[in-house]
Amino acid sequence: MGALTARFGAGLAGFFVLLVGFWLAGLVLAPNLMMIDFALRPNLLPADVGGPADVYSLDNLAYLAGEPVHRDIFFKTVWASALVMLATFVVCYPLAYWLAQTASPSAASLVVLALIVPFWINEVLRTLAWYILFAFRGPLNALLLGLGILDEPMRWYGDGGVLVGMVYAYILFMLFPIYNSIESLEKAQVEAARDLGASTWRIHTRIVIPHAKAGIATGCVFTFMLAAGSYVAPALLGAPGSRWFTQIIYNWFFEGGDWNRGAAYALVLLVLCLAVVLITLRVFRVSLTDVAK
Amino acid sequence: MSHSVALERITMSFGATKAVDDVSFTVEPGEFFSILGPSGCGKTTILRMVAGFLAPSAGRVLIGDRDMAGLGPNQRPTAMIFQSLALFPLMPVWENIAFGLEARGVPRAKRRRRADELLELIALPGYGDRKIAELSGGQKQRVAIARALAVEPEVLLLDEPLSALDLKLRQHMRAELRAIQKRTGVTFLYITHDQSEALAMSDRVAVMSAGVLQQVAAPRTLYEDPETPFVARFVGETNAIPGTVAHVADGIAALDTAHGRLSARAGRGVAAGRAATLYVRPEALGIAAADAPSALGARVERLDFEGAFGLLHAVTADGAAVLAALPSTTLGAAPAAGEAVRFAFAPRDAIALGAAQGEA
Repeated sequence: MGALTARFGAGLAGFFVLLVGFWLAGLVLAPNLMMIDFALRPNLLPADVGGPADVYSLDNLAYLAGEPVHRDIFFKTVWASALVMLATFVVCYPLAYWLAQTASPSAASLVVLALIVPFWINEVLRTLAWYILFAFRGPLNALLLGLGILDEPMRWYGDGGVLVGMVYAYILFMLFPIYNSIESLEKAQVEAARDLGASTWRIHTRIVIPHAKAGIATGCVFTFMLAAGSYVAPALLGAPGSRWFTQIIYNWFFEGGDWNRGAAYALVLLVLCLAVVLITLRVFRVSLTDVAK
Repeated sequence: MSHSVALERITMSFGATKAVDDVSFTVEPGEFFSILGPSGCGKTTILRMVAGFLAPSAGRVLIGDRDMAGLGPNQRPTAMIFQSLALFPLMPVWENIAFGLEARGVPRAKRRRRADELLELIALPGYGDRKIAELSGGQKQRVAIARALAVEPEVLLLDEPLSALDLKLRQHMRAELRAIQKRTGVTFLYITHDQSEALAMSDRVAVMSAGVLQQVAAPRTLYEDPETPFVARFVGETNAIPGTVAHVADGIAALDTAHGRLSARAGRGVAAGRAATLYVRPEALGIAAADAPSALGARVERLDFEGAFGLLHAVTADGAAVLAALPSTTLGAAPAAGEAVRFAFAPRDAIALGAAQGEA
């Protein structure tokens, strides 16, 4: 506060503090507290709200635990999001390394531009593009049939389609943190390792990945959270067998009309994401401040 | 006889520019060999071609008589010490030193033992578990040397490794490098732009300029018998006096210059009637007796006293600077600023070289 006042004067500094306070209290804390409040109350008719039946209980959470279909979808969302995270990492790491260490500046800027341009379009429309590509009588099947790779059209919607759509949607969130951290690696270190006889695999596992682990952890955390909270990709590219937990939450709110149970489900998803963030950071031995950078 | 390193007509082009142009030389086993030249002369390019990071556009690199074409840096019997040292900051000292052994699949306990032995060699016993960031500049330097020696290379390649150190430490590390080289008997190929470093440490020095090899010789030979004008100017201080060769007799050339006829040993490219330049070292110049037949006339600008000797800065009538190093014991008779002075030198102490193409 002292430094802010010195820099901007009391008026502007106070305004900044007020804005940050409003953001924290009004837009982060209050909605989450409301959600917890909702999650712990029963779903009642408007007339009964505040009445003798309106007591806190864990019934909504117990419902999720006792409902096998929803429980399965929850766990499936967890591991499928982890799979999305892993697939995105596998795609992004070599690309990030190439961009940061070996690409010529002109090639690198061209590739970065090509990666960013699709993100000028809304996520829903981008996913819709995949929806069209993956259609049963769509271009992808036509191409594969034309090349003779397939004998009859494939049904792409489902787990595979959701995976591809999400990897595509979140690629930049994985790419840029890793790129930034690899870029700060001195080229001579890679050369020194090679000169000392290390194989490409060893150079990456012993030199590059340890150096870039903060960026990798950041990318993984972003991608996992975005995947677990994704709605558009599973809704458009999924099949009835590949439902996502967010879709169940959506249904409680907007189709089941049970905001309390929806809030309880959302709360579980939030806790899961938090747990994954903390576990990932622990596994990579990275602190939250490293990620914030 | 088997050479440690042999370069056969190496050329390296980057686009239209030739960074290295038709360079050949050999380095003998156990030799401390330096490549000396200003930045951009192609010396680092040569080192990287020997290491295997670059493939020459033309010519062959042989190490121990084996052609290195197609072999990457991880397949060559060389180890490089980088200008930045490139130690691995996330590994403790001993893992840095043993990294090459780790890459060769040596078991952990054996690696640790070998790292400890090398730490003894570089006089850092017990430092194995330190972090790299905890070491001083000179200690990092020594760890980098140990890391390179751990893989028992036939040739150690050093890319100006001392340039980041302060003067005192640099001089200390020179002696240490030389001692380690003698103790291990490994061939050292050393790159530097610092001539005193190259002259002090090396058995032989290759001088390069603009991608072209100028001369390969022992340090004293380079200083006393430069073969090209570039070497005469680049290695040590010198005074250059242009002229035309009048005649050559018994290895002594007489040149007609702005200061009259001056004599010097006849070097490369000197023939009667051709343009040549006479090079004479500051310490070879003395104050001439009044009746000396041929001498270099100039006017004194200033005298810098340096302890053992004084540096007399003078300017000739045509504006060329002349530098003479006079022993302190003779400075009492030295002329003062503004006075006229005549310098003389023995023809044996000067050398005349034919003007090379593109040189003044």
